[in-house]
Amino acid sequence: MSGYYYEKIARINLTTGTVTVEKLDIDLAQKFIGGRGLGTKILYDEGVAAVDPLSPENKLVYITGPLTGAPVVSSGRYMVCTKSPLTNMIACSNSGGVWGAKLKFCGWDALIVEGEAPKWTYLNIADDKIELLNAEKYVGMLSAQVDEELKSVYGTNASVLNIGPAGEEKALLAAIMNDKDRAAGRSGVGAVMGSKKLKAIVVTPSKSSVDNIHDADALKKVNKNCLGLLKANGVTGEGLKAYGTAVLVNIVNNIGSFPTKNWQESYYDKADDISGETLADKFLVKNGACYRCPIACARIVTVNGKVVGGPEYEPLWAYGANCGLNDLTAINEANMWCNEYGLDAISTPCTIAAAMELYQKGYIKEDECDGVPLVWGSSEAIIEWTKRMGKPESPLARLMSSGSARLCEHYGHPEISMTVKKQEMPAYDARGIQGIGITYATSNRGGCHVRGYMISPEVLGLPQQLDRIATDDKAVWAKTFQDLTAVIDSMGLCLFTSFAMGAPEYADLMNAAAGTNYTPDELLMAGERIYNIERMFNKAAGMKPEDDRLPKRLTKEPIKNGPSQGQLSKIDITLPQYYEARGWVNAFPTDETLTKLGLDECVAK
Amino acid sequence: MIEVRLFATLREGRGKILFFEKEDFSIASDILKKLQIPEEEVAIYLINGFHASLDAPVEDGDVLALFPPVGGG
Repeated sequence: MSGYYYEKIARINLTTGTVTVEKLDIDLAQKFIGGRGLGTKILYDEGVAAVDPLSPENKLVYITGPLTGAPVVSSGRYMVCTKSPLTNMIACSNSGGVWGAKLKFCGWDALIVEGEAPKWTYLNIADDKIELLNAEKYVGMLSAQVDEELKSVYGTNASVLNIGPAGEEKALLAAIMNDKDRAAGRSGVGAVMGSKKLKAIVVTPSKSSVDNIHDADALKKVNKNCLGLLKANGVTGEGLKAYGTAVLVNIVNNIGSFPTKNWQESYYDKADDISGETLADKFLVKNGACYRCPIACARIVTVNGKVVGGPEYEPLWAYGANCGLNDLTAINEANMWCNEYGLDAISTPCTIAAAMELYQKGYIKEDECDGVPLVWGSSEAIIEWTKRMGKPESPLARLMSSGSARLCEHYGHPEISMTVKKQEMPAYDARGIQGIGITYATSNRGGCHVRGYMISPEVLGLPQQLDRIATDDKAVWAKTFQDLTAVIDSMGLCLFTSFAMGAPEYADLMNAAAGTNYTPDELLMAGERIYNIERMFNKAAGMKPEDDRLPKRLTKEPIKNGPSQGQLSKIDITLPQYYEARGWVNAFPTDETLTKLGLDECVAK
Repeated sequence: MIEVRLFATLREGRGKILFFEKEDFSIASDILKKLQIPEEEVAIYLINGFHASLDAPVEDGDVLALFPPVGGG
């Protein structure tokens, strides 16, 4: 061991039933850090960009970062990297909880799963022992039951990762769940796992810590500093703990950028009914935390008397205003069903919203709705259609489970799908916030806010307040946020640490834990390299420049109501500025940019 | 009339929506003093949905929104 990682990857071929132990390439790990960066690089090198995502040729990389499981703040994150069946581009889906840390405690940096099992299978990983076992009895089970049943076999120290019925059905909106209600939610990673007939992965480490820290004393000091920063910051020290991400409902609504009824409006007069304040007041049992996290932002709520994981800002918005609904009881239940069936809790309600607009306009007919019409503000519709998408039986449910792009295309109205690269955009109206529009359009995995959280400066004033309507400098800010996020996603830490910490702190953590010598600038360059290798994966997968576009509603239909009435996205101004900042032409890196970043292997011969 | 919307912890002991006569106030800081909200407790301040500084002038009919430091996701 280099004091860096365990340097061990398990390659599991489900077709042949074999497990091979491989050595992690340390030089590669230096360049791409780990997690999202290294996972993408592995997929790129192994030619996965060209495969059919639901075929045995696709690969699932479950990968930790060098800091996952380390004795530092918020170190519980892991990534699932694969080719997405929703977007046909790179998928890197991030999750928290404890599963990633426990995979690390078992002594593994990553798992690469290939092929397709002849029968439904689950993996049991107990330290260096990896077994492939018959999963027939778990097929059809919802997430909480899978978790409980596997824990009854392997003990309460086990951590369970699973797909629900949605993944089994290969629904393109299927998520991968872990620890019951944590999700690698986006881009249909659950469908890939289902296409391999892999139901679950149990990890049961005998250890409860990592034992390969480069300089434990230095790490302790750096971590103490980081903990201080997190505690002193109002967001990470208090705000997120008290209200969760749900606190954003009233903020985003009050700037009039809260998409309502499938983005037909952008101010919801009943927003307070579905806010973090109301959630804390009426439904919250307690907050919750991922591995070693002092921010502890998770919501634990009651649904029909059961204590379950509660909604983040995104599903609150998507089931709420975006479906014209202010029934928080129903939203909590619908969110719970996303976790149970293993569905993307952003794309699922956004697809229901698109279906509601199709129904409003008469394109979807009542007789297709099997007794539950898709009307705005229907509590019954959001609950029932979530469950139907989780285990599709009717043609409409099957269509909806493949996302709003394919749904709207089918009905001849693709303009009603609020997606980028076929992935649903999240909860901020890019007409009222210019910078997030850039990151929506250029995110390598499609419509996404966490790839470059421009909301931080444009709405929250962190690290400084930008004018949300202005376009000046937004392109450069967007690039910087995207590069820094790539670093954090690759290190195995939670993105929320970035409200209080910056590149210097991340560099200090990496160097103490892993024996690297990154300066903050070198770390950011690694982030830029990672962003570019993702883009090159997408190019190899067939991405076109026109895939970096926002839906026409955002450039042609001004916001109808509220404080941001009249606003449109100015992406036609900011996109060229962004490409210039990135050293890209027509959406792709130039050879000069690739060479500068040490990506010579991507330069066309 | 000036409408003042309070959110998150700022609501404690104060309420959600308050109304004031314009005559008594010219900038937000005046209102904060009246409500006994220390300026450092306000992280986001909006006038009619747009970010403003606490010493920006307030007009009759304005809707003010005040938030403590809060997060995102």
